[in-house]
Amino acid sequence: MTPSVPTPLAARTPPLAEPSAWHEIALTVNGRPVTAQVESRLLLSDFLRDRLGLTGTHVGCEHGVCGACTVLVDDEPVRTCLTLAVQCGGAEIRTVEGLSPGDAPLTSVQRAFHECHGMQCGFCTPGFVMTATALTEQSDRPDKEQVANALSGHLCRCTGYRNIRRAVCQALDERFGE
Amino acid sequence: MKPSPFDYTAPSTVGEAVALLADEEREAKVVAGGQSLIPMLNMRLARPELLVDITRIPELGHLYVDEAGNLRIGAAVRQARAAADTAVQDGWPLLAAAIEHIGHPQIRNRGTVCGSLAHHDPAAELPSAALALDARFVITGPRGTRTVTAENFFVATFSTAVEADELLTEVVFPPLPADHGWAFEELTRRHGDFATVGVAVVLERSAGTGTVRAARVVFSGAAPVPVRLSAAEDALVGSDAGEQALAAAAGAALARLTPSDDIHATAEYRREGAAHLLVRACTTAWERC
Repeated sequence: MTPSVPTPLAARTPPLAEPSAWHEIALTVNGRPVTAQVESRLLLSDFLRDRLGLTGTHVGCEHGVCGACTVLVDDEPVRTCLTLAVQCGGAEIRTVEGLSPGDAPLTSVQRAFHECHGMQCGFCTPGFVMTATALTEQSDRPDKEQVANALSGHLCRCTGYRNIRRAVCQALDERFGE
Repeated sequence: MKPSPFDYTAPSTVGEAVALLADEEREAKVVAGGQSLIPMLNMRLARPELLVDITRIPELGHLYVDEAGNLRIGAAVRQARAAADTAVQDGWPLLAAAIEHIGHPQIRNRGTVCGSLAHHDPAAELPSAALALDARFVITGPRGTRTVTAENFFVATFSTAVEADELLTEVVFPPLPADHGWAFEELTRRHGDFATVGVAVVLERSAGTGTVRAARVVFSGAAPVPVRLSAAEDALVGSDAGEQALAAAAGAALARLTPSDDIHATAEYRREGAAHLLVRACTTAWERC
């Protein structure tokens, strides 16, 4: 099978105001190359949502408290509301849309959230899922404390933490063996 | 909750960065991980005209132990990298522990060690850890490079010895004796919150007598700068770190600390908490000696 070349993801470009504050960035989003003009002050969360149409990344508090906007930047979970898009040149970004694109089967993390009922309203879920995905990609199984520590960076206002933790543990069991 | 407009530039050398900061035409701010600055930009508490991104400067990406045994951490080194580094974990475990108390993993993946120090929130973890570990700060500006001790680095809330046209390029942690013990304790409502009050303790055990040879006790969240409490240290030095010495140290904390009231806690609550944390931290540190 020949590897397919991913098609570039087109970014909507608004009219350029204050040209000096605009910069061209080239990065990879969900495996697809993206080149875009961004204003210096554009947050990564707004870049993903408004410019690339990837609205799976949710914006909650916009000052780094809630964790809803978490995505993976170079395989590490980060807050997109505390990251400037202009700082992401060369970065490889994965959002919740990239986990099981199109008709692809759900990832073990997504399936676990489904099976364990790891959500209620679902607003916080993309952030939790991305942090959980990073946990399953570690070389060693994170211990209970590390799981709790990682999840503590996310707020769920439906108070669904118990099932979220169950879901993450199920995905970790699947990845590392029980 | 969007930042006001600013320009952005990512220089590739310290010289270029300093020239940009020294340019009086535009009010410039340094950005690295942005985990303190970007919330302030989002809330428009900070409105710089230019952000100077120092994360693309190769000479600031170092983390190593030099020939004299000092740990040197460049300004672009992220907290998660420092905390995961085995040299840090082995030689400066208090620093690794302090970093683990910062926010959440998602924050530490972006935030830098030097950024947190230069930002200097008095409730933050790294300023008190740096004072307890006797760190030195290397600052570069248009007038050259200078080194500042931790005692002189922290000036006031959100204020340090780094002038507006200068850049904190490196923090240097001197080696600790092999027989030292340490502890880092915080009183927080929830894991990851800024501490109501915190304490960093370093104790050294005298091999001959088995008593405390040297002590460093530093509180965070108790004043606009980290507070090194020599009265508590004096109560510990020469003692066996037993109940009596710990009570004397806690008494010193109660008598000498002058924290303030805010919506999170009263001054009295902070003082009591600090005294309890001190006893707990000294006990842990002594066990680790």
